[in-house]
Amino acid sequence: MSNVFIAFQHNEESRPVVDAIVADNPAAVVVHSPGIVKIDAPNSLTIRRGTIESQTGRPYDLQQIHVNLVTLSGYIDEDDDQLTLSWKH
Amino acid sequence: MNIDLQAREIAPLRNTYAHVANYVGNDKPASRYQEATFGAQPTANFHYRPTWDPEHEIFDASRSAIVLADWYVLKDPRQLYYATWTMARARQQDAMESNFQFVESRGMVPKIPDAVREKALQVLVPLRHAAWGANMNNASICAYGYGTAFTAPAMFHAMDNLGVAQYLTRLGLALDDPSVLDHGKQDWLSDPRWQVLRRCVEDSFVVEDPFELFVAQNLALDGLLYPLIYGSFVDEHVALQGGTAVAMLTAFMPEWHDESARWVDAVVKTAAAESDANRRQISLWVQAWTERAQAALAPVAELALGDAGQDALAEARAALTERCRKAGVLA
Repeated sequence: MSNVFIAFQHNEESRPVVDAIVADNPAAVVVHSPGIVKIDAPNSLTIRRGTIESQTGRPYDLQQIHVNLVTLSGYIDEDDDQLTLSWKH
Repeated sequence: MNIDLQAREIAPLRNTYAHVANYVGNDKPASRYQEATFGAQPTANFHYRPTWDPEHEIFDASRSAIVLADWYVLKDPRQLYYATWTMARARQQDAMESNFQFVESRGMVPKIPDAVREKALQVLVPLRHAAWGANMNNASICAYGYGTAFTAPAMFHAMDNLGVAQYLTRLGLALDDPSVLDHGKQDWLSDPRWQVLRRCVEDSFVVEDPFELFVAQNLALDGLLYPLIYGSFVDEHVALQGGTAVAMLTAFMPEWHDESARWVDAVVKTAAAESDANRRQISLWVQAWTERAQAALAPVAELALGDAGQDALAEARAALTERCRKAGVLA
C-alpha cells in the first residue's frame, strides 16, 4: 500500500476543494503547513466536482483546481466530473 | 558559510474572531463567508427607537411573525459574501457582454421574424418594471429583516434584480428603437393585461413583514414568473421560432434564477423546520401569494403563449409546489 498526495495553496479558493476531498476520502489525512495544505491518502484519492459544488452551492469547473495546485503524486485519471490519483495503471 | 533555511510552522492560537468562533468553534480556520456573516448583526446599544416606528428597535427581529432562536441559522448555501458575489456576477456579466456582442456583430436581430421580435418585446420590456419591483422589495427585506445571514444575500438579490431590469432594457434597445421602452412603460401602466401583475407588485411594496415579503417576492412571484417567461416563453417558444438571439440576450435570467432558488429554498426550509408555528405561517403566506401571483401572471401567460399559456403557467405552479414540498411547506 502506498500513499498518493496532492497539495494546494492554502487560501479561500482551495478550501472547498480540500473540504470535498475530506468528505469523499475518509482515509485522507490533511496536513497544514505554512502556506500549503497537503492531503495524503492510502492507495487512491478522488476529487469530485459534485461534492465541491455542494460545498459552495455554485457551479465549479474542475480545471479551476490548477490555479491553486502545488504538487501531486500518483497516476491521474480525470474527466469533467472527477479527478482520481492512484498507483493503478 | 552555510545558511540553513527552514520553514517553521507556528500554529495560531485563535483560528478566527471570538464572535465567529461562538458559531463555528475554534477548531479550524473559519471561511471568509463565516467571518463576513456571523456576529455582524448589530444587537445592542441602539439608544433611541426610530421615530418612524417607535414600536420597534431599529434592528428588531419582532418585525417578522417568524420566530427564530437565532437568525444566523438562515445561512446562504451559496456562501456569498461581497467578494464571492461580485466575482461570480462579474463572470456572468462578461458572458452576457459577449452574448450582446455576438448578437450585434453577426446581425442576428434582423434575422428574427418580425412577429417573434414584436412578441418578445411586448412581453419582456414591461417586465423590467416587475424586476425593479423585486429590487425594491429585496432592499426592503434587507432594511427591515434581521440577521446578516438573511439580510446580506437579500441585498445581493436586490442588486441582481436591478441587473435583470437592466438586461431587459438593453434587450429592448438592441431589438428596437429607444421608444420601445416608453411603449413598455405605457403597457405596464395602462394595458389591462399587465394591470393584475402591476397591482400584485405594487401591493407587495407595502408588506411590512420582511419574511412575508421574502416569500411573496422571491418564492411565489419569481418562482412562477421565471420558469414561465424565461423557460416556457423564451427558451421553448421564441427560440424555436427564430428568436435564438432573444434567448442569448436573456441567458443570465434562468441561470441566476436556478442559482438563487437554492438560497430561497434553504431559507424557507430552515425557518419552517424551526417550529410548527413558523411552518404554518410560511405555508399560509406561500398559499396566499402563490394564488395571487398565478392570477397576476395568467393574462401575461396568455399574452406570451396564447392558449398554451395557461398550461405553461400550471406547469410552473406544479414545479413551485414541488419546490415548496421539498422545503417542507404546503403550497
